[in-house]
Amino acid sequence: MTEILSLAGANLISPIILSFALGLLAALARSDLTIPEAVAKGMSIYLLFSIGFKGGVAVSAHGIDQTLVLALIAGLVLSFVLPLLAFGLLRVMTGLSAIDAAAVAAHYGSISIVTFVAATSVLNGRMISSEGYMVAVAAVMEAPAILSALWLVARSGSGEARMDPGLIRELLLNGSIVLLVGAFFIGAITGEKGFAEISAFIEAPFKGVLCLFLLDMGLIAGRGLRQSRGVLGMGAVGFAIAMPLVSAMIGLGIGALIGLSLGGVVLMMVLCASASYIAVPAAMRVALPEANPAVYLTLSLGVTFPFNLTLGIPLYLAIAQAVTGA
Amino acid sequence: MQTHIAKRVEIVIEAPLERRLTDALTAAGVTGYTVLPVLGGSGRSGQWSRDGQVGRAGMVSVVCLIKPERLDGLLDAIFAVVKKHIGVVSVTDAHVLRAERF
Repeated sequence: MTEILSLAGANLISPIILSFALGLLAALARSDLTIPEAVAKGMSIYLLFSIGFKGGVAVSAHGIDQTLVLALIAGLVLSFVLPLLAFGLLRVMTGLSAIDAAAVAAHYGSISIVTFVAATSVLNGRMISSEGYMVAVAAVMEAPAILSALWLVARSGSGEARMDPGLIRELLLNGSIVLLVGAFFIGAITGEKGFAEISAFIEAPFKGVLCLFLLDMGLIAGRGLRQSRGVLGMGAVGFAIAMPLVSAMIGLGIGALIGLSLGGVVLMMVLCASASYIAVPAAMRVALPEANPAVYLTLSLGVTFPFNLTLGIPLYLAIAQAVTGA
Repeated sequence: MQTHIAKRVEIVIEAPLERRLTDALTAAGVTGYTVLPVLGGSGRSGQWSRDGQVGRAGMVSVVCLIKPERLDGLLDAIFAVVKKHIGVVSVTDAHVLRAERF
């Protein structure tokens, strides 16, 4: 317990978390602080390229093994299955309609790449290595949850899910996935030599850019919380904290079962525990327009994202250390 | 200078729907349209802002000019896309210089 509190304490006063807190507080206090859309998108492109490239370099150094295939399959299956669990919990814990519950469930089956990046940053800070291909697992886990959510809506007979070929193409060729996977392959092909050539760009400024990006995330989360006051009940907020804990435990079991390293297990827990707030909301606006965006965005970005960032990641690390004995 | 009567149709719609809307406009025979970024706003679904957004969030404005006799068909095509979504469709009278282009 002392170890968990110490980890959480150190995490809470890191520049990354404090930047997020600054954005959150500034938005709640109605400050006019904003990050221009183009800057935010530029930072997002930088972070995705950097994390993808570094993952590819790590794979080129350590090679491909059976665990990689198992991790990819596990990620795919988890992304399909976690929304079913989330939907069940939501129906028990909240009074949300089937459509709103399915839309929220899709977010919790998909992933937050920023939470993943923050977790890799925490692991690097503690000199804990992880499997580079976890980046590919993250990419695989982006979209399947959306299909599960649409199936849940169709099964409940409570509404019409709008699923066209254009949406499937948008999901699979979503810009984040293309960049992440593309950078991963560039890193895997060019290896250490390629990394040496551009490390000054993708390594040294990484944490600083992540701080500014999280400042922006804090601003968006704060604005969302301010505007959605009264939209969410205690049951929904409870779900947004309970679901990541349950999902992380499933990720822990799966990660340990397929033989991931300590860092890999933590990242699998984080991927399972995190909720999307970029790719899935856009897909939900197309496929389930009747679902209330204030509900799913506030839960994923306003509650689960800060929870994972501040307490979740150190907690998952401590639990993984205790379970794996590493 | 000689001007010709036209209808200016403006659709403010959620950004993820942009491509579906412009496809519908093209299918309805619109010869051109303009997509404009929208900074932010407020409506029945609450406030929103473009600031700091990373994904395809927020709204866009799609503007097109057409001959008055083609308005009804175009509005049907637009409605098929926007009926369940957040947004505003407005039609105003306009004058254009080169009628053959619309």
